[in-house]
Amino acid sequence: MISPDKGFTIGQLTEAKACCEPTPHLSVQNLSINYHQKTVLDNVNLDIYKGCITALIGPSGCGKTSFLSALNRMLDMTTGATVSGQVTFNGENIYKSDKDLLQLRRRVGMIFQKPNPFPLSIYRNLALPLKEIGIKNKQLIEHKIETVLKEVGLWEEVHHQLDMTATKLSGGQQQRLCIARALVLQPEVLLMDEPCSALDPISSAVVEDLIVSLRGRYTVVIVTHNLAQAKRVANYAAFFWMQERVGKLIEFGRSQNLFEQPQNTLTAAFIDGRKG
Amino acid sequence: MAEHLFQFVIWCVALLVLMVLLWLVYGLLDHGLAKLSFEFLLSEPQNAGRDGGIISILVATLLILAVTLLAALPLGLASAVWLAEFTATHHFWARKVRLALDVMAGVPSIVFGLFGYAFFGIFMGMGFSVLSGGLTLACMILPVFIRTCEIGLRGVNNSWRQGAAALGMPKIKAVWYILLPAAMPAISAGLILGIGRATAETAALMFTSGYVDRMPESVMDSGRALSVHIYDLSMNVTGGDAAAQASALLLLMIIIVLNMLAYAVTDLWLGRRLSNDLA
Repeated sequence: MISPDKGFTIGQLTEAKACCEPTPHLSVQNLSINYHQKTVLDNVNLDIYKGCITALIGPSGCGKTSFLSALNRMLDMTTGATVSGQVTFNGENIYKSDKDLLQLRRRVGMIFQKPNPFPLSIYRNLALPLKEIGIKNKQLIEHKIETVLKEVGLWEEVHHQLDMTATKLSGGQQQRLCIARALVLQPEVLLMDEPCSALDPISSAVVEDLIVSLRGRYTVVIVTHNLAQAKRVANYAAFFWMQERVGKLIEFGRSQNLFEQPQNTLTAAFIDGRKG
Repeated sequence: MAEHLFQFVIWCVALLVLMVLLWLVYGLLDHGLAKLSFEFLLSEPQNAGRDGGIISILVATLLILAVTLLAALPLGLASAVWLAEFTATHHFWARKVRLALDVMAGVPSIVFGLFGYAFFGIFMGMGFSVLSGGLTLACMILPVFIRTCEIGLRGVNNSWRQGAAALGMPKIKAVWYILLPAAMPAISAGLILGIGRATAETAALMFTSGYVDRMPESVMDSGRALSVHIYDLSMNVTGGDAAAQASALLLLMIIIVLNMLAYAVTDLWLGRRLSNDLA
């Protein structure tokens, strides 16, 4: 039985009342993605709900990462990629021609598979994006840096060495710094592309806990190959699959439904490990 | 048997090449070392360079190089950034610019000299001057410098480009704060090699910065570069051989040091790229 207070998740629920009354935050309509005329993702329709964690699951090459990077138009940076359809964010299609991409990406942050802190100090990694949005007051910058580093649980580990080059941190610390760097701009949505897959199991667990703690305050969309992780963290899940060499959204729904009572036979086979 | 013979021959050829360099260095040391002293470095040339030293020559050389650097650095960096970051690899104009740079890199320096004389000297009215010579050298080293910087920028970890874009940072800020600093070793190596080439240049300077061996008073004054000094002493001044050899020894030492620096910086760059890839 699905109980609304569980927030449609199988895993533990912390701070997530918002997703019990689903309000679309990002609304995807008829989204198709082509690379050099070849369709990789065909006609996707789905809503990303505010304050919830939505997991995108499916085998490699079925267009999950392309779909994710279409949500903040990072896909524009890939040569040959074209998008049709629309994505509505705060009542506005992000694919309209005069959309301010810098503003969009400050509202919809992104975390990559491989941690990518800039080869600068920890402090500068976090101060640079703040200066870009016009925050010059040193005290305010320091306050914001302390806040986000505490939020990602890195403050205790690094507060005495903020001038150390960020690339010297361990992989898990680097990924948490990257999450902090995205959070410092106070985005509404965080897009995460397999944020734990390049990390060791212990760091991975730390980052996963961090992602769960973001629920309720940020809308999170996470691509993951780890089904167990998707079960633990997600309120909603979307299952992608290749049909006739084209990526398609097969099933989307409450995480608990999708994992425990999948409607589609493909979904059931994938979750059981019979396919994929 | 044939294998051994072949090995013997290639060893001999390699040693022969090394011998040429050693012979050159030996000759310069033999003839020039006795004359090379602090007094030689720090006094004015006299009697057409036969006596005295080379202080005015060194100052002129440094001034010419300073002009070259000031002109080549911003122009070269801006062009490299445009080529590497703001145009696609197969962009029509980028391809034309790259072709032009490759052609320019192969143009003989005497042609640059004639161009500099006609353009900077006569057309721009700079005459025979340090400024005119420095700008000509800048044109000469730009092609290689731009291509080195471009390759350096393209070698920068792409995930930093993505990271900056995902934070809503304007591209030019990402270039300035993240990509250029990360490409700095490649840029430095390109610059050092360029300076080395400029320091050794003679033909391009004869028509532009001129022959005058007085101490230049400003960049609008004519000044004689070290390489021009060597040329003049050995071709036009009888009895100037000792001074020419000493100057040549100094020039060779400068070039060797610059090249070693370039190697060290390139090693650093490669080391850093490797460690980034492993991280």
